[in-house]
Amino acid sequence: MNAPHPAHTPTTTSTPAGSDVVPTTLPLDRRRFLGYVLAGSTLVAAADLGGAAPPAAAEIPTPPQIPELYDLNDMLTDAARPTANLITVVIREDGTATFALPRMEVGQGITTSTAMLIAEELDLPLDKVEVTLAPARQELLFNQLTGGSNTTISTYTPIRVAAAVARAALLDAAAIVLGDTVAGLVAKGGVITAPDGSSVTYGELAARAASPTTVEVEVQLKDEADFAVVGTPTNRVDALAAVTGQKDYTTDLQVEGALPTMVCRAPTLNGTPVRVRNQDAVEQLPGVTHVATVSTGVAVRAETFGQCIDAVRALDVEWADGPVAGESDSTILRKLRSAQLPMPALPPNPLARTVGGDFTFYFRSNSAMDTNSAIADVRDDGATIWAGLKSPIVAQQRIAEKLGMRPDQVTVNVVTAGGSFGRRLFFDAALEAAEISQAMRQPVKLMWHRADDARVGRGHPMGTCRVQAVVLGQEVLAFNQSLTCVETDFRHGLGEIITAKAADLPGGLGNQGFAQTIFALTQEVPYDFGAVTQTIIETDDRFNTGSMRNIYSPDVRVAGELVVDQMAAKMGLDPYEFRRKFQRNERLLAALDKVAEVGEWGRRMPAGTAQGIAIHKEYKGVSACLVEIDCRPQTTGRQIGEAVTGPRVTKVTYAVDVGLAINPRGLEAQMQGGINDGIALALTSSLHLRDGHFLEASWDNYFYTRQWNTPPEVEVIVMPSTEKQPGGAGEAGVAATFAAVACAYARATGTVPTYFPINHKQLSFEPKPFVPPIPESPTNGLDLTS
Amino acid sequence: MPLQTFVLNGKTVTVDVADDVRLLWVLRDRLGVTGPKYGCGINVCKACTSHINGKAFNPCAVPVGRVGPDDEITTIEGLPEQVEAPQRGPNGLHPMQEAWLDRDVAQCGYCQPGQIMAAVALARKVREEGREVTESDLDTIRNICRCGTYTRIREAIVDGAARM
Repeated sequence: MNAPHPAHTPTTTSTPAGSDVVPTTLPLDRRRFLGYVLAGSTLVAAADLGGAAPPAAAEIPTPPQIPELYDLNDMLTDAARPTANLITVVIREDGTATFALPRMEVGQGITTSTAMLIAEELDLPLDKVEVTLAPARQELLFNQLTGGSNTTISTYTPIRVAAAVARAALLDAAAIVLGDTVAGLVAKGGVITAPDGSSVTYGELAARAASPTTVEVEVQLKDEADFAVVGTPTNRVDALAAVTGQKDYTTDLQVEGALPTMVCRAPTLNGTPVRVRNQDAVEQLPGVTHVATVSTGVAVRAETFGQCIDAVRALDVEWADGPVAGESDSTILRKLRSAQLPMPALPPNPLARTVGGDFTFYFRSNSAMDTNSAIADVRDDGATIWAGLKSPIVAQQRIAEKLGMRPDQVTVNVVTAGGSFGRRLFFDAALEAAEISQAMRQPVKLMWHRADDARVGRGHPMGTCRVQAVVLGQEVLAFNQSLTCVETDFRHGLGEIITAKAADLPGGLGNQGFAQTIFALTQEVPYDFGAVTQTIIETDDRFNTGSMRNIYSPDVRVAGELVVDQMAAKMGLDPYEFRRKFQRNERLLAALDKVAEVGEWGRRMPAGTAQGIAIHKEYKGVSACLVEIDCRPQTTGRQIGEAVTGPRVTKVTYAVDVGLAINPRGLEAQMQGGINDGIALALTSSLHLRDGHFLEASWDNYFYTRQWNTPPEVEVIVMPSTEKQPGGAGEAGVAATFAAVACAYARATGTVPTYFPINHKQLSFEPKPFVPPIPESPTNGLDLTS
Repeated sequence: MPLQTFVLNGKTVTVDVADDVRLLWVLRDRLGVTGPKYGCGINVCKACTSHINGKAFNPCAVPVGRVGPDDEITTIEGLPEQVEAPQRGPNGLHPMQEAWLDRDVAQCGYCQPGQIMAAVALARKVREEGREVTESDLDTIRNICRCGTYTRIREAIVDGAARM
């Protein structure tokens, strides 16, 4: 049983409900915090971290590197801090605790880890905690953005404080009911028991613990040593719903009158409709109710999505070319080359040798299974939206702008989504659905076709990454790395309109500032390499891009680690020994040693197969990856119907230290997913730009890792950590895997790849037509049963 | 419009919809059965995988008019009833679903109904062939999982097949 943690100390401050409360005392130690019992008819507990912000670093010295002192997660956490007091845990009379998480669940498991934190602090069984997704709440300002793997980092303490406040209030109420002192009571499993054996449940106490006014209280959080839920491998709270088909995504919701709706899009990327030549005829098609021209294309609404597909295919539309008409991979690559700045000068030393590399990374799609979708019901006096949104506040503000309404007239409901990988930082479908609903004067359930999602959906921009290093004997004197890429769109800002507007300044200047900041706050070279310089140049804002899982790191780390292997070769060191020798971080060294040991680094392998090893540091955590790859002809040439096979990663050993792992089982799952992303980026998944459009229109065109590519052996090791705080998990599996696979491929084939994915230059499919923009549904399904 | 009649999860249903509408949309948009998911509409991603007369198929590629009144369509919603009550697990589900829960396979969950339906059909097939599920069987499964849950899917299929 847990040691009962000390009861709270009520302070004398009491303020009217709803008013701002300024904390009068600072936390006494790192586990003591101020919180509030908010005025209400049932117990509502809130957290306030106003006095707990660590002092910001006034100056940022050059060595050590920026992310070592203040990284993207610190920025996101600090941005979220001033409004964290509005995070509340509610105890209901049925004994359950509810919490509306101002973040977005996309599969990364944050509803589970959040429920675990509340269960832990409240001493309540996990199944008595319900975590829902909060709708857009403008007052939360920066505190409703799901990105940068920051959810757990920024909400870990506020959620615990709110739950601890609730627990303390329940204990106070129980002391009155049971006629004992708080110190004598034990809370366990949602029941509070007195020494004489009498007890009362949280449910019975919910109304009694409620306060007519908002009261400031000081609570002490549970000691980490007493954690019984946090740190225990736990299955997802939504797993039962997922395996029974009961988990609802946007297109599963039944909203009165919101009929299926799809959009006919231009043959060139972001082209626009000029006129519809056969609107009357399409309106007469079976099931079709409305056809409307909007800014992004021609929308059709019908009784079923099948009839929408038929209507989209039947539309005859005159289009204006989009902004990249005529462009292809090769023309964009030329533009990137001409935008590259000279690399910084290397230290002159006649005895030193220069090692370098120049790598190209093609466009990739974040392509969630659940395509962009949204439900919109726009009326004259207001609008209601349902969608999977990681930045719902800025979505609400942008939709209001589009509709000519005030933001408070637009209700934005956040729905669980089938994956994101960064895609849902934007709200393209929600904005489009709102425009369509307004044009048709009807509720609509908009769904993008897979072809739309692949061709028009956001993705990771194409880029080049150059690396130069200077090696002298057994030392590295300098390491320069320069990324030049098509712009990454950060116009969602920090999730609200103020920074989103700043990111939208003319000429891309605002977005450049964001890009420079994000790059500087995330990228570091995790080695002692003397004078280290990393720079980024972004060009070309014509593409639909965004922060794809792990943003800049996968490409930067691949380029870096491939050159690291070359430096090791110059020094006559093996890749593992080299990485050990130049390591500057104890946690990273431990992870590196772990994968080398468990994955049997250096074991003898047949010709054409090889190991590769790589490391990464981000999100307050570190990771190391050891892979084995098979590039022998009998493997690369294996035939599986209409499948892209190629080299097979046969084994992955992955060690991750994220600090405090709230849910090790969920963390392992995120690493397993990131491993498959890394393999896809290295070997198979890219978009091909040809003549103004992306060719991919299907999962058999865009080759994300499939069962025939996935490693038969995967071992994830969650490292014991010296850190007390949680780090980020959602993106931490990608970069090290991508880099390890690239290094393994180079060692197995004897050729260092210069572009990724390695199969990009062999087009492995017949592109589907662009007019009509989406493929016909097949009719032969009954011939293909299995 | 013609009336379409078939057996859905053990019950005969009749719906008034044109012959050429693919079954996926009849299930989802007309009957409100949303376990089968849309992921591509061209029988590639397999997110809509369901069973017809016990075999895996993809309703996105079947015009409803081709489905006869005696054809038994099973979606994830009807899977538990495909086994006798004593064979169901602690959650009252099909052994494959229970294996999925024990392995905590799902991440976003979107593809998982289709994955499970494909897994059940594969397990039945290899059993009829008098053998166990092999790595090669697992390598040929086409269902995409963009969260990359493949490792746990492979483990759960072997586990679930053994329980069936």
